[in-house]
Amino acid sequence: MSMINYASREINCKIVYYGPGLSGKTTNLEYVYEKVNPETRGKMISLATETERTLFFDFLPVDLGSIRGFKTRFHLYTVPGQVYYNASRRLILKGVDGVVFVADSQVERMDANIASMQNLFENLQEYGYDPHQVPIVLQYNKRDLPNVVPLEELRANLNPDNWLEFEAVAPKGVGVFDTLKTVGKLVIKSLS
Amino acid sequence: MKPGQTSWSFEAEHLQRLDALLDGFVSGTGARGLLLVDRNGQLLARSGDDGGFDGTAFASLAAADFAASDQLAQLLGEQEFTALYHQGERQSMYLVDVGGRAILAALFDGQTTLGLVRIRTRTLVPELVNLFEEVIQRAAATQQPAFFDSGWLSEAEGEIDRLFAD
Repeated sequence: MSMINYASREINCKIVYYGPGLSGKTTNLEYVYEKVNPETRGKMISLATETERTLFFDFLPVDLGSIRGFKTRFHLYTVPGQVYYNASRRLILKGVDGVVFVADSQVERMDANIASMQNLFENLQEYGYDPHQVPIVLQYNKRDLPNVVPLEELRANLNPDNWLEFEAVAPKGVGVFDTLKTVGKLVIKSLS
Repeated sequence: MKPGQTSWSFEAEHLQRLDALLDGFVSGTGARGLLLVDRNGQLLARSGDDGGFDGTAFASLAAADFAASDQLAQLLGEQEFTALYHQGERQSMYLVDVGGRAILAALFDGQTTLGLVRIRTRTLVPELVNLFEEVIQRAAATQQPAFFDSGWLSEAEGEIDRLFAD
């Protein structure tokens, strides 16, 4: 849920990057951090293990600037993808306004994608959300790898709701901003 | 709970009262600073010395800290831990739940004591809870303001396109 502060004229929206372990959620945030105007972003926080796996979350605030006098900001979070971190994952979803589901396109990660999507639905429902009403954008990441699942198959397994979707190669930035722009617009639209 | 629904909708009057409550706590205890953070990790208000640190980052970490502690409490068969204390060499931090909606974080050093901070939060927290109830009731009774119209939306979309351009 967003925070609208009429007194200090601020709007904050929470966008969460979800998906299985090593699908590229943190890489998405790192690319955003590197590429946006440094004046528009805050400090990036990563609570990670020594091997740089996300332990709790990554956090990056990005400032859209003042829109009709309201300072509008997106708070971007990632969740830890590994199955056994579900308690942490659920905590980060609290108060979410929009979700980016980062799927790993590799054949051997298909089951992990499906399990993570199911887990997302369960966790949203635990907070009382109807997952079919939440702004969700799908990102099929790692499209540059040789062993990827065809798009049609990814769609059939992960996108029955026909959410907007993008192919991506996150380390190179392919699809990263398209995904973020799309979820950002859906979230903003849900305010009005 | 509907996504996009506003969890907080502060008006000027509420914010003034909130600031007065926080300022009163800081001057009454000698704490260095006081931050009010919502459970989703957003900074609602702060008072006292800004400490030179990033309040937005602080808010996301404090909410995560409290949320993780809640889960730990449940593992132990407690419903929740309503307060946390982090002790540092020069500065310490006392965090307390505010009606399940927010977290009050008092930062203090040798100018005051944990005991005083703790006692004063017991007075402050119910006042904040009452204020939040008013904020929420007012928001529920108030219609969506006019600036979230199609003009605002298209301006926001334009900003998103500009900011996130490759």
